[in-house]
Amino acid sequence: MVKIFKYVIIDILRNKIILAYTVFLLVLSLSIFNLEDSSAKGILSLLNIVLIIVPMVSILFATIYIYNSAEFLELLVSQPLKRKTIWLSMFGGLAFSLVTAFLVGVGIPVLLYEASSAGIMLITSGVLLTVIFVAIALLAGVKIRDKARGIGTVILLWLYFSLLFDGIVLFILFQFADYPLEKLMVGITTLNPIGLSRILVLLKMDISAMMGYTGAIFKDFFGTNIGMIISLLVLLLWIVLPGWLSVRKFNHKDL
Amino acid sequence: MIIANNINKKFGRLKALDNVSVSCNKGECIALIGPNGSGKTTFIKAILGMVLCDSGFITFNGKNILHDWEYRSKIGYMPQIGRYPDNMSIGQLMIMMKDIRKPKNIQLDEELVNKFELDKLYDKRMRTLSGGTRQKVSASLAFLFNPEVLILDEPTAGLDPVAAEILKEKIIAEKAKGKLVLITSHILSELDDLVSQVIYLQDGKLIFHKKIEALREDTGQEKLSKAVATVMLKGR
Repeated sequence: MVKIFKYVIIDILRNKIILAYTVFLLVLSLSIFNLEDSSAKGILSLLNIVLIIVPMVSILFATIYIYNSAEFLELLVSQPLKRKTIWLSMFGGLAFSLVTAFLVGVGIPVLLYEASSAGIMLITSGVLLTVIFVAIALLAGVKIRDKARGIGTVILLWLYFSLLFDGIVLFILFQFADYPLEKLMVGITTLNPIGLSRILVLLKMDISAMMGYTGAIFKDFFGTNIGMIISLLVLLLWIVLPGWLSVRKFNHKDL
Repeated sequence: MIIANNINKKFGRLKALDNVSVSCNKGECIALIGPNGSGKTTFIKAILGMVLCDSGFITFNGKNILHDWEYRSKIGYMPQIGRYPDNMSIGQLMIMMKDIRKPKNIQLDEELVNKFELDKLYDKRMRTLSGGTRQKVSASLAFLFNPEVLILDEPTAGLDPVAAEILKEKIIAEKAKGKLVLITSHILSELDDLVSQVIYLQDGKLIFHKKIEALREDTGQEKLSKAVATVMLKGR
């Protein structure tokens, strides 16, 4: 397990994209913290960028990497190795390198400028989002044989999670404005890891008061420790479920 | 050693393997012959666990290969088209393979590496290699770990005559050591002095599995190529 993991890491580091991603995040977070007059505001600006960029880079990089490793996977499968080991090493290698890039690029500046509970929550949700979108990429990569279709699908998935989902939720809210949907909204939020992360970070800041009645309901649920733990568990489920499905699929794949 | 029992494999509507049952034993050198698309490579990949059968099972030394993976340490596989990570050099690939297979008290067999003079190309990236050099790498890797079973898919395709001769001599030497060798090839003339048995597949069906002497007797042809041609014509 460790050996394959090592070779995946070496291979990922060899193409310099991860390095460029780290530098990009680092420059971005440092400049945001230096531009904003208060670092709490910095966290808010950073949050909006992190929620767009981190999932996109994670899902795209992981998917393209999986497709480009077709030869590597084929070679490994014909060797005395468990398929599960091969696949989990792939997962581990991708998640590890992208998480490291995030921790260096965003984690360190946040800890330097605003090591508050909101900052910690931003780092935690960024790490979780990275791993979640790697897991989704792996599932897409193993399910779809065709490279162009696979990459197209993950771009659509990313668009869905970061833009479409919120649009749909807003649409539902306005259509059924006469009904008490607040509790339901809490449930629907768990269907989108990006939205969930956004709420988790926002509630650590004081601006949740500006979110109106729904914000109060959210605060009631997500603001408590139980709600926090449940939402973190939901985020973990977003990793485990696609990850487990992709392992199962890979075990039965013809190479 | 390797027993395939009624294996079936479908790719969509195409039946790649149709109820194939074969048993292969130590010390045999078996040629897998058949027209293009007859299921030879699928059969080999099924033995390696790269393709999973729809029904039927394959055993290796009496153990079902389905949930086993350690048996592959006893197999050296040379694929038809060697596909390797593009940005690895030959040297890195060799080191990685040795690391992955971690041969315990197994003498590494670097004869082919030396004879093909691959050590001079150790810094070359895999993507820059020609088809023939790739084949040399594949062959060297297949023999490197002194496996009990050698599975060679079109081993000499793309090799220059000198390299092909080196490889053939190596196969004969390994066969003499009592290893099981499975070869597919379309160049039947070069199989003549190698193989002891012939498996003939057509449209995924096993047509026959015979000793080469029996095949010669049945068809009245001395050369394998002529004997097989006779069978193919009869089949039509």
